[in-house]
Amino acid sequence: MSLVARYLEEHGIPTVVFGCARDIVEHCGVPRFVFTDFPLGNPTGRPFDPASQRHILSLGLELLGSAPGPRTTVQSPYEWSADTTWKARVLTREQPFLDGADKAKWLERKAAYKELKGMGTA
Amino acid sequence: MSHVRYIDRTRDYYLGEGYATPYRWAHFDDVPFTRLPRPLAECRLGLVTTSEMVIRGRESELEHVENDPTRPGYSLPMATPTTDLYSRKASYDKHATTLDDVDAYLPLTHLHRLVDERRIAGLAPRFQVVHSQYSQRRTLTVDAPRIFAELHEDRVDAAVLTAV
Repeated sequence: MSLVARYLEEHGIPTVVFGCARDIVEHCGVPRFVFTDFPLGNPTGRPFDPASQRHILSLGLELLGSAPGPRTTVQSPYEWSADTTWKARVLTREQPFLDGADKAKWLERKAAYKELKGMGTA
Repeated sequence: MSHVRYIDRTRDYYLGEGYATPYRWAHFDDVPFTRLPRPLAECRLGLVTTSEMVIRGRESELEHVENDPTRPGYSLPMATPTTDLYSRKASYDKHATTLDDVDAYLPLTHLHRLVDERRIAGLAPRFQVVHSQYSQRRTLTVDAPRIFAELHEDRVDAAVLTAV
């Protein structure tokens, strides 16, 4: 997504990225970024909490006009929960990101893509 | 507790799985920047997401996307009610959260409300879906130009991007 933001910006469309993986987005480098320290999947607010969703969206829309330059990150004030166990567990062998059918599908797609690339058609 | 270092975490995880070469995350020294051309209240916004949205009951229309290993992007009508939409994204933290509330990753309800309140001038007629690709080259040479072309055609002044 960061690559798309960069491309749009290079071609004259201002962007704001909403995300939960701060290190990945900032490593790439984007013009404007609203970081919310939630589990991957909820970059624009807590599920079923319209107040947090609207607030986080507003932070990003304000940033569109107020960012002084590229690499401007705003962190939303929300904490997922007092219990931070999810941070320690995500992407570990005990709690893989993809498992079962999802992992099989991912591997299958990856292999199919590699094959196309090998044939020069991807 | 500070935020999760996903780059370190994925590297360690896949090394443990037997993949010898760590994924090289995109990195650039320079970052482009375009100023908002006019006040937000006069801006028409586009919306781009990696959330792999589908319209309930119309899955067959996206069969070609599902079956294509190059994972082409697509667009769906911005006016689709959130109750008709769901996400097919598999790679999110399903142990900690859910994708059951669309507005927690694709803020359609709130964007439409902001138009009603005249906080923004309008929205593109469609939102864009892009897949998190294995190939950064493909994102830059295929997906991003397609999205730019459609946003340009939709005459947007700025774009909201949600990384799911």
